[in-house]
Amino acid sequence: MAETIQLEVTRYSPERDASPGVQTFDVPCRKEWVVLDALNYIKDSLDGSLAYRWSCRMGICGSCGMMVNGEPKLTCATFLASYAPGPVRVEPLQYFPVVRDLVIEMSDFMRKLKGVKPWIIRPEEKPLAEGEYLQTPEQLDAYKQYSMCINCVLCYAACPVYGLDPLFAGPAAIALAQRYNLDSRDQGASERMDILSQHEGVWGCTFVGECTKVCPKNVDPAGAIQRYKLAAAKEWFKSLLMPWGTK
Amino acid sequence: MDIATHDVLLVGGGGAGLRAAIAVAETNPKLRVAVVSKVYPMRSHTVSAEGGAAAVVKPGDSVDEHAHDTISGGDWLCDQDAVEAFVREAPQEMLRIEHWGCPWSREADGHIAVRAFGGMTRMRTWFAADKTGFHMLHTLFQTTLKYPEVMRYDEWFVTKLLVDDGRVRGVVALELMSGKIQALTAKAVILCTGGCGRVFPFTTNASIKTGDGMALAYRAGAPLKDMEFVQYHPTGLPFTGILITEAARSEGGWLLNKNGYRYLQDYNLGKPEPKPVLRSMELGPRDRISQAFVREMEKGNTIKGPYGDVVHLDLRHLGEKRINTQIPFVRELCTKYQNLDPVKDLIPVRPVVHYMMGGVHTDINGATPLAGLYAAGEVACVSINGANRLGSNSLPELLVFGTRAGRAAAEYASSQPAAREDAVLAQILDEERRIEEQYLRKTNGGERIATLREEMQKSIEEGAGIFRTATSLQVAAQKLRQLQERYANVSLDDHSRTFNTELTAAFELGFMIDVAEAIVESALRRTESRGAHQRTDYPKRDDEKFLKHTLAYRQPDGSTRIEYLPVVITRWPPAERVYGQESAEGKSAS
Repeated sequence: MAETIQLEVTRYSPERDASPGVQTFDVPCRKEWVVLDALNYIKDSLDGSLAYRWSCRMGICGSCGMMVNGEPKLTCATFLASYAPGPVRVEPLQYFPVVRDLVIEMSDFMRKLKGVKPWIIRPEEKPLAEGEYLQTPEQLDAYKQYSMCINCVLCYAACPVYGLDPLFAGPAAIALAQRYNLDSRDQGASERMDILSQHEGVWGCTFVGECTKVCPKNVDPAGAIQRYKLAAAKEWFKSLLMPWGTK
Repeated sequence: MDIATHDVLLVGGGGAGLRAAIAVAETNPKLRVAVVSKVYPMRSHTVSAEGGAAAVVKPGDSVDEHAHDTISGGDWLCDQDAVEAFVREAPQEMLRIEHWGCPWSREADGHIAVRAFGGMTRMRTWFAADKTGFHMLHTLFQTTLKYPEVMRYDEWFVTKLLVDDGRVRGVVALELMSGKIQALTAKAVILCTGGCGRVFPFTTNASIKTGDGMALAYRAGAPLKDMEFVQYHPTGLPFTGILITEAARSEGGWLLNKNGYRYLQDYNLGKPEPKPVLRSMELGPRDRISQAFVREMEKGNTIKGPYGDVVHLDLRHLGEKRINTQIPFVRELCTKYQNLDPVKDLIPVRPVVHYMMGGVHTDINGATPLAGLYAAGEVACVSINGANRLGSNSLPELLVFGTRAGRAAAEYASSQPAAREDAVLAQILDEERRIEEQYLRKTNGGERIATLREEMQKSIEEGAGIFRTATSLQVAAQKLRQLQERYANVSLDDHSRTFNTELTAAFELGFMIDVAEAIVESALRRTESRGAHQRTDYPKRDDEKFLKHTLAYRQPDGSTRIEYLPVVITRWPPAERVYGQESAEGKSAS
């Protein structure tokens, strides 16, 4: 069996530790292995108490995001050998409270997601008997990219604005708001605009674009935020000029 | 011990669970409904489904043809009344999720687009590129967020069903974040926990697919039905088991042996044509294609690889544009995980455990024989899938039967008096004590979870793989009994409360060994070959003796008792399964 590589893994148990520490493990460095395989090796063979989330191992469930050598990554899509000869630092996603080891607190994101009303809003529904809402491939393309978000929250761990201002709705939630705003079947854009405009965090986004760089699904949340800001600014100007005309 | 009271509990927050939760809320908004899931709902394994969802909407198609495809695909083990309800209700359920915003792929004029799929006579499979399950799950999850009456217990692990006086009264669950063990009582419980692919060593299934709901029901006295029918999908990537969707073949992909020969023509699946032909060759059913792989391997025509033998899936002739628009995820998965590009390279593939046709025995409304207990989705066996499920039937199944189970459970719960907590209090305390003593406080024992898991996976693959014999199954049965005994000696490294994933892995292993025993015992007793259950010692289908569902009951001593239940036949008497041009009348799929 081949070479080994050293993993430096954040360990933290609120029942035991005052603050997080680091534990190192030597694991086999196989060419097919991703960082997640190395964590599974540790859990199965070296220390069963290591805590982390994972599920699909094919980059679609969004569970296994962690900081790998300081960058937010899906560990199931990050090859171990690309960090040879090591060491590889594996930490919980930054800017989130840590529950234990590599497990972060997700509830802030879950609240923000719900907050942007990520569902179809229409004043009137047509009966099922009338069939589907027609949507051309071009209309689908208008929002498709934003519908690819897997909620892995890597973009929050990359976002300097979220790091400073946890009230910021954040890249994924805004991208998902735009996913519905731009869907030809939806009529809820102004309702969502009211929610997003309540907090000034969005204006703090300076188009650093870190969120787009780390997104494993090419959602381009930075683009979504810029488009949103443009739309919101237009609404604001309209409301100044024609206070009766926007709602 | 805290107790929270609800009317209807969903265990599992994937497609079936979320659809059922909405159905409960819409049937009776006064009911207190909650979804209990060991992962955040959008992590559920529905997310991994790729190719599509079948429902008849196009001119020229008919629900009777969809029914016949499903029944012949299932080798006549499907209950035909359930199939008829399924094909009739699938279109409206698919339309409903379109109205909720699912981003279906479209034709140029804006109508829903459909593609061909294995074993289907017509093009009737709706798709959202090749991330159909992902889009359906996120649409369902985001839609549930607008129902304030649907409460959620995210990252709660259910360890036991509470049963009193022949009725289900709720569950005991562990909150991962805090380590708190709590009872959630309810008048009705709907299991929507999905399958158990992780019982096997090589599977497309996510790590969470450990048969939890099957084992919970089995332990509570409900029977598991047709557990011997395990679907191997023909095209998994070696080592990872990542699925390459059947849509790759419906778009025109070829399966080639080591000589570059389309070997399926030698297995009674039709003649090779340059364009895909419905119900023929690469668009045959999954059981037959996976079985052909083994035969080809026996002939020495497969390619040796570091993770077992493979054949090649060839998509190169489709061209970059078609691959990018129709099956972009296939390209993404191949480049990211296999370091090859299907536009230029052959994809190595081998059969991989994908789906359980069997599951908790339910009627056509998702009700199990245990009062108050319902099941829907892969965890359940209604049965519309019989001895072999057709690709793209499982996604509409979870919508149709999630809805049916949700409505039935809501009506049942509405008619029941409030649950009496005192009746189950002793059980709750017993379960809490069991978890403390067997796992959290125990320091001796010496058996490691990973060791037992690997031995279980190896024994079931050897004993109950694509081809089985009485001997192979008996060896596996014996091994599993030993593993049950050794399981009592599992000891954990982790004795803490907060997010103890070694504890949940221990629960999951216990569930899997129970489910594995049900699979092996059911397979041992079915002395015929049908669909995905192939006995080399009994190579023929035997309708005289086995046009029946297997029901596996767990006995108090842990052993399995087998009973049989006749298959419901309405309009399609058992016949030969025919694939290739004779059956498809040469219909082209493109």
